[in-house]
Amino acid sequence: MKTKMKADGPLIIAGRAFGSRLLLGTGKFSSPGVMKSALKASGTEIVTVALRRVELDNAQDSILSAVDASRYLLLPNTSGARNAEEAVRLARLARAAGCEPWVKLEITPDPHYLLPDPIETLKAAEILVREGFTVLPYINADPVLAKRLEEAGTATVMPLGSPIGSNRGVKTRELIEIIIEKSNVPVVVDAGLGAPSHAAEAMEMGADAVLVNTAVAVAGDPIAMARAFKKGVEAGREAFLAGLGSPRKAAEASSPLTGFLR
Amino acid sequence: MEIQVNGEKRQWDGPVTVLALLEALGIRPATVAVERNLRIVLKEEMAREMIHEGDTIEIIRMVGGG
Amino acid sequence: MSFYDVIHSYDWDEIQKEIDGRSREDVERALAARTLGFDDLLSLLSPAAEPFLEEMAQRAHRLTVQRFGLVMGMFAPLYLSNVCTNRCVYCGFNAGNAITRLTLTLEDAETEGESLRRMGFHTVLLLSGEAPQIITEEYLKRVLGRLRPHFSSIGIEMFPMTAGRYRELIGQGVDGLTVFQETYDEASYGEFHPEGRKSDYRWRLETPERGGAAGFRRLGIGALLGLNNWRVEGFFVALHASHLLRTCWKSQLAISFPRLCSSAGGYEPCFPVTDCHLVQLICALRLFLPDVGFTLSTRELPALRDCLIPLGITTMSAGSHTEPGGYSRPGVGGAQFEVADGRSPGAVAEVLRRTGYEPVWKEWDGASAFV
Repeated sequence: MKTKMKADGPLIIAGRAFGSRLLLGTGKFSSPGVMKSALKASGTEIVTVALRRVELDNAQDSILSAVDASRYLLLPNTSGARNAEEAVRLARLARAAGCEPWVKLEITPDPHYLLPDPIETLKAAEILVREGFTVLPYINADPVLAKRLEEAGTATVMPLGSPIGSNRGVKTRELIEIIIEKSNVPVVVDAGLGAPSHAAEAMEMGADAVLVNTAVAVAGDPIAMARAFKKGVEAGREAFLAGLGSPRKAAEASSPLTGFLR
Repeated sequence: MEIQVNGEKRQWDGPVTVLALLEALGIRPATVAVERNLRIVLKEEMAREMIHEGDTIEIIRMVGGG
Repeated sequence: MSFYDVIHSYDWDEIQKEIDGRSREDVERALAARTLGFDDLLSLLSPAAEPFLEEMAQRAHRLTVQRFGLVMGMFAPLYLSNVCTNRCVYCGFNAGNAITRLTLTLEDAETEGESLRRMGFHTVLLLSGEAPQIITEEYLKRVLGRLRPHFSSIGIEMFPMTAGRYRELIGQGVDGLTVFQETYDEASYGEFHPEGRKSDYRWRLETPERGGAAGFRRLGIGALLGLNNWRVEGFFVALHASHLLRTCWKSQLAISFPRLCSSAGGYEPCFPVTDCHLVQLICALRLFLPDVGFTLSTRELPALRDCLIPLGITTMSAGSHTEPGGYSRPGVGGAQFEVADGRSPGAVAEVLRRTGYEPVWKEWDGASAFV
């Protein structure tokens, strides 16, 4: 049988190529050292960071000491922003702090489930794209919003699998499939992926990449878990390219439809 | 003079540049972003941007985040 | 990136070789795939898929009923003029054909509209030859002014225009745009369209995108089956559709399957398409494009049309005349092609009900869209 394995190209976001399709967050780790090793083990090339006020009494170094900026693309998020105005301000501050003009646009007014506000996100996206940012918006799995953001010029869309930190996996499957089918920009499934199998599922569906944080940071052995997610993402991607099969539903017996051809 | 830094009231004697303030607080300028009265102070402006009585200063840096 | 750029990364002969080289196992893998990729479509369009036609038909039927229901949109073509400056070799309106050239006056157009309304139609498709000096902006504006009160949905299938013109037409009550590329093979396109504006392959190919950008609610595309290899045309129609689904995501897309039949010019197709081929094409595209409407015209014989209905068709015409003025003064003007299904709309509706389908005459009402 002719086996045709499609060679996988790199993940391209805003014209920039990345070898890894696993984006990793840097929150919730027990120590900078553990976080640094986990990042290395995951093979990630895009690392999200947050922005906070410096504590004046112990103004020691920021995360930059544990994260080698030359090895990873630092993707500042706007967590903490509750509306477009705050998000835009945070993005500008991140750029002033030395980050590249990339931003994970994340506007979560609800502190419990941290679900993204679609209206403020679209508003902020339009402003930030105009100001030359490469915008990666974190959104609910809403196919229409995804296209509106794409039209506003965002570099990707990042629909959630399930709420941040819930580790419940891909609970928005059908909607993410529609987003993938309709999208002209990379689709990154972000939030809620609690196990390598969840990441593999997202990649098997045709997602371009996934973003994981909690599941690695709070694992018993974060470094081993980072490696496991790396494999999960690669396995899912290869399965997608290999052309997933599913058990063929037996054709239900009903009146023949092509009998008239004979 | 009295100024506010990251939400805390601070007494500071005499005019001071943003850069001098950071150094006094033991903060490396390269790793932070600074806002003076909600306006971002770019790195190249830090040496000459003067802080006055009643100013509100925000000093932001990157931390771990998802 | 326009579809012209997309199609340029494909080679017609390469796709044909790929399709012809597919094996039975390839087809089985395609049928097992949860969501079909282009690779699977190539297999379903291949000769190796012919033994699986019944299974493809069953799935196409189930998928269409699930997505569109047991309903059939009804529409009628209304030809405004058969005057044309192009010399397309296969078309009755070819400038070189000696036919009676006729352009409807505003009164004629309204009379035709009233005839169609008496036949039960609320959805009409306006067609004409490419004669911008006759089908002027002013003429079209006035015709639309006369027809808009009679119809809830008006589409056009005319010579390609600019996005600006389309925006004006949308403001005047047009909500649908249909443009067949005829053949997607740029190399042979010129042989079929030797003269006139229609010889511009790219201008025509990018028309649906301009229409989508202008805001048409409905877009229709298709290839004229028989001009070239129907399997390869099917692939490129699907490629075009999936491009439009992503770029004109607010428009409802439809594909037509016009098969070359005898026309006034007496053109014989060099790649004849059998009924079997037509069924395979419809089923393969339905499995690959579950959400796209499929339109079937009166080019096909009644018996075949009735059998094609359950395989994926979602919109049909009935009682059509392809000559201007045909509904009130049949046979006066020259026709674009010979209609094979002469049944009245009522007769077709009866057949639909008998086979479990509800004919739908009015799908959408444009009245709310503009003052």
